[in-house]
Amino acid sequence: MNSANLLSIITFVYGLAAFLYVGAWVFKRPLAGRLGTWTAFIGAAGNTAGIMMRWVESYRLGIGHAPLSNLYESLVFYSWAIVVIYLIIERKYENRIIGAFTMPLAFLAMAYASLSPNINDQISPLVPALKSNWLIAHVITCFIGYAAFAVAFGTSLLYLFRRKNTNGTLNPLNHLTDSKALDELTHQMVMFGFLFLSIGIVTGAVWANSAWGRYWGWDPKETWSLITWFIYATLLHARMMRGWHGRRIAFLSIIGFMAVIFTYFGVNLLPGLHSYGS
Amino acid sequence: MTYLKKLQRYFASVKLAVTVLLLLAATSIIGTLIPQNESPAAYLREYGEFVYRMFSLFDLFDMYHSWWFTFLLVILTINVVVCSLNRLPATWKISFPKIRPFNVSRFRDLSQKEEFTANGSPETLKKAYRRVISRGFRYSRLEDTDKGFCIFAENWRWSRLGVHIVHLSVILFLLGGLMGSIFGFDGSVTIAEGESAKSIKLTNTGKPHGLDFEIRCDDFNVSFYDSGAPREYRSSLTILEKGSEVLKKDIIVNAPLSYKGIRIYQSSYGRIQPKELTVSLTSGKTGKTYKKVVLIGQGFELPEGRGKFLFKGVKRSYDFRGRNLGETFWGLLTPNDGNPIDVMLPLRFPKFDRMRKGDLTISVVHYAPRYFTGLLVKKDPGVGVIYAGCVVMIMGLCIVFLLSHQRVCIEVVRSGNTSRVMVAGTADKNRIGMQKKLRRISRNLASIETHDTVGGPRAQNTRVVYE
Repeated sequence: MNSANLLSIITFVYGLAAFLYVGAWVFKRPLAGRLGTWTAFIGAAGNTAGIMMRWVESYRLGIGHAPLSNLYESLVFYSWAIVVIYLIIERKYENRIIGAFTMPLAFLAMAYASLSPNINDQISPLVPALKSNWLIAHVITCFIGYAAFAVAFGTSLLYLFRRKNTNGTLNPLNHLTDSKALDELTHQMVMFGFLFLSIGIVTGAVWANSAWGRYWGWDPKETWSLITWFIYATLLHARMMRGWHGRRIAFLSIIGFMAVIFTYFGVNLLPGLHSYGS
Repeated sequence: MTYLKKLQRYFASVKLAVTVLLLLAATSIIGTLIPQNESPAAYLREYGEFVYRMFSLFDLFDMYHSWWFTFLLVILTINVVVCSLNRLPATWKISFPKIRPFNVSRFRDLSQKEEFTANGSPETLKKAYRRVISRGFRYSRLEDTDKGFCIFAENWRWSRLGVHIVHLSVILFLLGGLMGSIFGFDGSVTIAEGESAKSIKLTNTGKPHGLDFEIRCDDFNVSFYDSGAPREYRSSLTILEKGSEVLKKDIIVNAPLSYKGIRIYQSSYGRIQPKELTVSLTSGKTGKTYKKVVLIGQGFELPEGRGKFLFKGVKRSYDFRGRNLGETFWGLLTPNDGNPIDVMLPLRFPKFDRMRKGDLTISVVHYAPRYFTGLLVKKDPGVGVIYAGCVVMIMGLCIVFLLSHQRVCIEVVRSGNTSRVMVAGTADKNRIGMQKKLRRISRNLASIETHDTVGGPRAQNTRVVYE
């Protein structure tokens, strides 16, 4: 069993967890929700093991490096970050409905990584530009940021789709009945994501300066990460200064996440220095 | 309102900030869809004459340095500066007041508060309550009232300045960028092994730019992984001032050389004609094999008096009877009596020369590849300011997101043998977190047993009052 095989299996574990969470929300079945949590935990443990295994495997091949250097490895880490952040939120807020909207994202990322023929899961040695400690700092912080934005996307969707029971009683899965609390959670996830995205952009700039001699070159990846940053900065200003809340914040958060997706995947379709991500 | 005041209010407004941020975001997209800084010919091919003219008019081919994009950045800077000048003085006064103002009645009016009845008179509760509160807050003070006492406490008052710290970092970024583009330069140079350069070619204008020192490339080395992917590019450089060596350093990608504020980066490389090679000559008659180290372009005597040989160069490919034999050395053999003949020596086929049936069979055994190194040579005095901005921004964001100015008031009022306790508080951010903290404090205080009751009942009636 090598890391790639394990991670392929984890894809299906995440898929099962997503299925259970969605079922729990749609059919109002708390048991499915609890099973979903357990499945997600097993998936996260396996995901962690897969990443560690891959790290060790690279050393065995004599080209040891942290598993964060190409599209496959970044997708695997991204799924891990989404699930970990989600499970922490689930624990803190005792709410499983958010899982119906976030676990599918982790599943999709993992599925794309493991099952797409376009993605190479071979462990390759680092080309000169990637040989830097900044690689680890930059990739980790950026993807934790992206993961927080993914969870915020999930809570925003949930906010827009939330249902009240027909007879006004509490949905048993929904301790977070207070829409205000859900809105506040979206805001908190955006703040967390914004902090890490900022650190990610900063570490990227410092690294670019040491590798290419310029901290900012307006290449598509850099520019789109800045666009994402501007959108979330707008959200934060609108909320903190103009008191925007609820639907408006949910929409901005969704638009922001669209920018995150384009920054991550879309830019690989444009020419530039950063397209080694594919 | 005077015109100036109106202008000031506009430039300090959040509305302007949001507008400019969104405009910057939207227009930045254009530069990622239209490739920047390509040749005019490439653009003409891609877009045709009319569209090319339109795009050129708005400087869309170098839009991030265009007048209108720069204008947006300038507006943003003015916005941030005016906003800070407007709001900072007030925030500063609030953050560092001479006396911290606390008004009990304001706390009483709050909707978020906890109330309960504690056993014992206020005097018995004072010490214990003081201890609990001072554990949760960095500043606290106790004031006696005629019916009991009040404890005021707060945390992170100065965190209100966090926003201004973040804004300061934005100003630092814009300042650093400006310094770099005005006082810096960005160029490149290629240097062959063994040679040196005193001037570079500027990237944006293509014009030469002289340096006040010399860069010499002593050696260049490229290594590959088994897969063929590059492993390392390494240049051994020497800096010379007025002919004497002042600095020697090996550079690789991610580890540039720094000298007098100028940084030299490993960027690319290329192959050039090798100079020196080892040639093996086997005599048909005697069977002896001779090895010689020779230079290209320099003729040498063949052993056993067989004449002269001159290596002319090396070709990338050589077509022989329909087959490409690959890298091939090419030389001129001049026998003692007779005309010079061309000799081809493909590297991959050392026995090739046997076909010539000459007195000596020649083959190239080894040659040291020669390279030129491609260097980026840059000066950017703004980098320090940018890095300072990075640190300041991260610190500022941490303050804004993680700290909030929390204030609490515990009012204890005598009520017969017991005391009515009110726990109220506010925070400028994260109200929900503050609510939780108040509940926790209330529970802690309520669970304190007083000296009046020995092993007696705990406080009753913890009543929660909120919105």
